[in-house]
Amino acid sequence: MAVDLPIQPRRTSKALRQKRLLIEAGIVVAIALVLILVMPLVLTGFRLGLLGRFLSLAIVALGIDLIWGFTGLLSLGHGIFFALGGYAFAMYLQLTELPAGQLPEFFSLYGVSSLPWFWQPFYSLPFTLLAMVAIPAIVAGLFGYLVFRNRIRGVYFSILTQAALVVFFNFFNGQQKLINGTNGLKTATSVFLGQQVGGPEMRYFFYVATVIALALMYALCRWLTSGRFGRMLVAIRDDENRVRFSGYNPASFKVLVFAVSGAIAGIAGALYTVQSGIISPQAMDIGFSIEMVIWVAVGGRATLIGAILGAVLVNIARTMLSERFPDVWLFFQGALFLLVVTALPDGIVGWVRSRFGDRLPALFGGPSAVPAYVAEMELEAESYREKELADQ
Amino acid sequence: MIEGLIAGLFDGISIGAVLLIVALGLAIVFGLMGVINLAHGELMMLGAYTTYVVQNGAKGLGGWAVESYIFVALPLAFLVAALVGLLMERSVIRHLYGRPLETLLATWGVSLILRQFVRSVNSPMAIGLVIFAALFVVGLWVLRRYTDWERIRSWANPVFFLLSFAIAALAGFILQSSGSAQFTRAWFSARNVDVTPPSWLRGGLALGTVLQFPYARLFIIVLTVLCLVGIYWFLQKSVWGLRIRSVTQNRSMSACLGIPTERVDALTFALGSGLAGIAGCAVTLLGSVGPNLGGNYIVDAFMVVVVGGVGKLVGSIVAAMVIGIITYLVGSGTLALVLSPFAALQPVTDFFTFFATTSMAKVMVFALIIAFLQVRPAGMFPQKGRSVEV
Repeated sequence: MAVDLPIQPRRTSKALRQKRLLIEAGIVVAIALVLILVMPLVLTGFRLGLLGRFLSLAIVALGIDLIWGFTGLLSLGHGIFFALGGYAFAMYLQLTELPAGQLPEFFSLYGVSSLPWFWQPFYSLPFTLLAMVAIPAIVAGLFGYLVFRNRIRGVYFSILTQAALVVFFNFFNGQQKLINGTNGLKTATSVFLGQQVGGPEMRYFFYVATVIALALMYALCRWLTSGRFGRMLVAIRDDENRVRFSGYNPASFKVLVFAVSGAIAGIAGALYTVQSGIISPQAMDIGFSIEMVIWVAVGGRATLIGAILGAVLVNIARTMLSERFPDVWLFFQGALFLLVVTALPDGIVGWVRSRFGDRLPALFGGPSAVPAYVAEMELEAESYREKELADQ
Repeated sequence: MIEGLIAGLFDGISIGAVLLIVALGLAIVFGLMGVINLAHGELMMLGAYTTYVVQNGAKGLGGWAVESYIFVALPLAFLVAALVGLLMERSVIRHLYGRPLETLLATWGVSLILRQFVRSVNSPMAIGLVIFAALFVVGLWVLRRYTDWERIRSWANPVFFLLSFAIAALAGFILQSSGSAQFTRAWFSARNVDVTPPSWLRGGLALGTVLQFPYARLFIIVLTVLCLVGIYWFLQKSVWGLRIRSVTQNRSMSACLGIPTERVDALTFALGSGLAGIAGCAVTLLGSVGPNLGGNYIVDAFMVVVVGGVGKLVGSIVAAMVIGIITYLVGSGTLALVLSPFAALQPVTDFFTFFATTSMAKVMVFALIIAFLQVRPAGMFPQKGRSVEV
């Protein structure tokens, strides 16, 4: 075990930190502007739509990175929150611009004559926007509370999230009379803010909204992970027992961060739904939720930029591969899983960092999300964990 | 009334038996290594396809072979799944011990590959695989024999891997583009295939006028019991079983006492995978066989492991039976039917009627499991002792 850890000075001067933060904010705004203004000129409408979808998936990846990369909770069920956000917005779009007293079309197929009670509040846009965030957050918080309270963690937690996913899938899939079951809710022909959702103006509107949401969520995650809260998350990941012995209750932190992550996924789900034109229980497919995890792993865990990068790159690779060789995609994805856990555990960002090391932070004008000393401590914690496991 | 309840109980137990036979391998591996194998369902699927192949072979032979193919299929399914499991352990999982979450992802990767493999495997691909394995193994053997292996291993391994992969892929591609249609046809169609049970497993054992126990279900129950007895005997009475138990209890102490823990890990993983193969063979009696066969059973099997705890086999048994029976009683509407005569319980009856489909029953069972974990977070029979993490 390394005795003399090369601990770097953690607290840089306030002025320097502020300057770095400003530069980072500048870069984020610049990238957002490029995405909003330049990309529509470069890409065709179809491709731009795809990019918008990938960016909304990058928002989920941010949420996953928050709980997995920083806190060490591997959720295999984020599809739940993604779908809840999507359903919330889609329900509003079903109801809006509907003549009074009329029901969305699919209800008549199942002989439902009055609107189910939980649809009622979705007539209102403010409620919908709130519900998009709050419902996934509440579901995640409740689930997290029931699980973390009992110190269930690690593989058990992952398996339970997967089971929850299957349960939600079954529920949404089976309830034709409540939410149209397997067929899901279509949004392309609905009208939002006086325009058709599937039309070109609205598409560009949602694309811009996605870019802005992504930037905001990046700022939120950056804020959450940089201060004391962020250090607590990392501490929980690396040694939960020690956190507990120091007088903190890890469960409440975990519940909070899981709820935040769920809310982020909800926003992403809503944006994805309006851009793809449909939300169906397929969004709660087991494979889709695990795929979200691999985006983060490919980009690099515990680096927010890695999550975004990974989500976009993997999805681009997916589109290109499945356009040309549909059979190969699953092989490729499987190989990606194996490669990322065995050969490239730190993902693309980690690899770049280890290759180009110190020169990079200077390039981006800020300290990396995981400073060198954290990486060092991680290594140590890893060897420690291995030893602990061997002790059992 | 009573007959209905007995029939319900029997169906519940038979669902539980399927769950148990699927979960058995998972539980053993999880107990030993703390690893959940997400590819367990795909190993089942391999077992099921093995059964399909054996059955087709038996059809060619005709006569008595058609009636008794299942007795050949069972050990073969075990063998195929165990070999694939062994390969998984040796090539990937071995490097991931102590990192259970990464193992989870790696096994998912394997499961994706296996799923696509059965869809698109054809003769050129199989030949390519054989070429790859031969090149890789022989190449490494030669290198190890004639060069300073320790010095070059860091780059030799990936380089050799890529090189043999490229050669094999090229060979496969050439065969694919030059071969006849017959030669390049996929072995299994992407659609589901059916395995017809032997005639003595069709129909059922009738008791009275109402009760009927299908032979296929009875066969699965008997098979599960046999597997349980076999596993129990193996773990309690054999030398390797003793070693497995000791590594489960205390890995480093076992290593100090000269138990080859690596070999124990490999053996256990192979054993667990083999059990998945047997489970796959068993479920061919219940439905058709497809690449996604494993997915239907696997999440329930995870729940069995979570509820049962990792300490003892009996945990898995009880958990599987309870989950099976509750799923059936709720899902089939039996419970709602039983309660319906009581007018005072009308709201309760309505409540159970709402959950009276197979998929909604899962919703309810999951809620019950979460509630149960509030009382016993580590399952019914948790591991005890100082080594257990707080």
